[in-house]
Amino acid sequence: MTSDLFETDVVIIGAGPVGLFAVFELGLLDLNCHLIDILDKPGGQCAELYPEKPIYDIPAWPVISGEGLVDKLMEQIKPFDAQFHLGEMVTELERTGENGFIVRTDAGTGIKAKVVVVAAGGGSFQPKRPPIAGIEDYEGSSVFYSVRRMEDFRGHNLLIAGGGDSALDWTLNLQPLAKSMTLVHRRPEFRAAPDSVNKMEALRDAGDLTFQLGQVMSLTGTGGQLEAAIVKTPDGEIEVPCTRLLPFFGLTMKLGPVADWGLNLHENLIPVDTEKFQTSEPGIFAIGDINTYPGKLKLILSGFHESALMAQAAKRIVHPDQRIVFQYTTSSSSLQKKLGVR
Amino acid sequence: MTKIIFIGRDGTRYELDAENGSTVMETAIKSGVPGIEAECGGACACATCHVYVDEAWADKTGVPEPMEEDMLDFAYDVRPTSRLSCQIRVSDDLDGLTVSVPEKQA
Repeated sequence: MTSDLFETDVVIIGAGPVGLFAVFELGLLDLNCHLIDILDKPGGQCAELYPEKPIYDIPAWPVISGEGLVDKLMEQIKPFDAQFHLGEMVTELERTGENGFIVRTDAGTGIKAKVVVVAAGGGSFQPKRPPIAGIEDYEGSSVFYSVRRMEDFRGHNLLIAGGGDSALDWTLNLQPLAKSMTLVHRRPEFRAAPDSVNKMEALRDAGDLTFQLGQVMSLTGTGGQLEAAIVKTPDGEIEVPCTRLLPFFGLTMKLGPVADWGLNLHENLIPVDTEKFQTSEPGIFAIGDINTYPGKLKLILSGFHESALMAQAAKRIVHPDQRIVFQYTTSSSSLQKKLGVR
Repeated sequence: MTKIIFIGRDGTRYELDAENGSTVMETAIKSGVPGIEAECGGACACATCHVYVDEAWADKTGVPEPMEEDMLDFAYDVRPTSRLSCQIRVSDDLDGLTVSVPEKQA
């Protein structure tokens, strides 16, 4: 593990649309930001769940796609040069002695900041556990949702379930190491790169892997050691012998470690005030879908408003000696300088 | 008003008034039919509003679009008449449509 320790004004947890816009509002007030997100790209749900879906309620954009919105936000915050830590999950948030915090991630990154902004939406994206009866008993010993070390799969009878890019990629990558490789998917079509599908089919035709049409219904084995999967096929149930199962059924949102940071929670949401959007802990703010207050609407536009008000309060914490002069971007030469348009 | 009938996991029958133009999922959520979760709110981005369309109705509800078919990969025990209920739009033609709630949502 590395132990990089960064120092900045504000750490934003979550790089979805609201976290991104917070960079803008904080930037106008001369506050520097680091953002952390578990996904390997900025945009949160907009990027992961609905990049191509049209959004109709962004002010002044009669219609914009999830990806389009993220691109525009990235362009808008460019002048502020925020630092992104992608593919990392925040595991710890600790208060340091003198009114500050250290945020640590599962990749060993540590960031020291005066203010923490939780913009975590519906929580962190994590691999979806398929609804297979008794799968918990095998997780971590025979069932894995990601591949940390390919070597761990050498010599195993591998079963991979799913029809997306992850399923296909790992089928191709692990096939040379495996004792046997079976890919199970409920239909002959895949939502994966055509090239990967072609390669998989070539291996199948050469007899180097088995493609099984069907759905995994249950598992058999003892003491966490997998022996076989029961697969429902168009011709009835069959038993597929296997010692390792890798299910790839996409991502789902889980609240995750947010629950352990000592913040008051209400039904997995973080209550805030509506003046500063501050949590029960001074210096920690929550904006966007993760917060709650009377009248809260889970809309991107509400998150944008919350960002602006939060930034004012964050400014007072980071620069308590500075007076905040309210300015418009249309007329203020100092704001325009920050935006690089003057 | 169009009637939509949901058969719950325990066999309970929910006969609901549905608004034309809304979706079968929205009809279920409004009345709190157990087992229809609709985590993503109808964006066809999860598979938690999965239903089995009664075979007699399968022709009228049609077949899933490719995007819905992709999402069905994440559902549990997908069958020939499986649909995501957020992708079935209510109309007069579907008066009396019967769907059942699967044992589990993804």
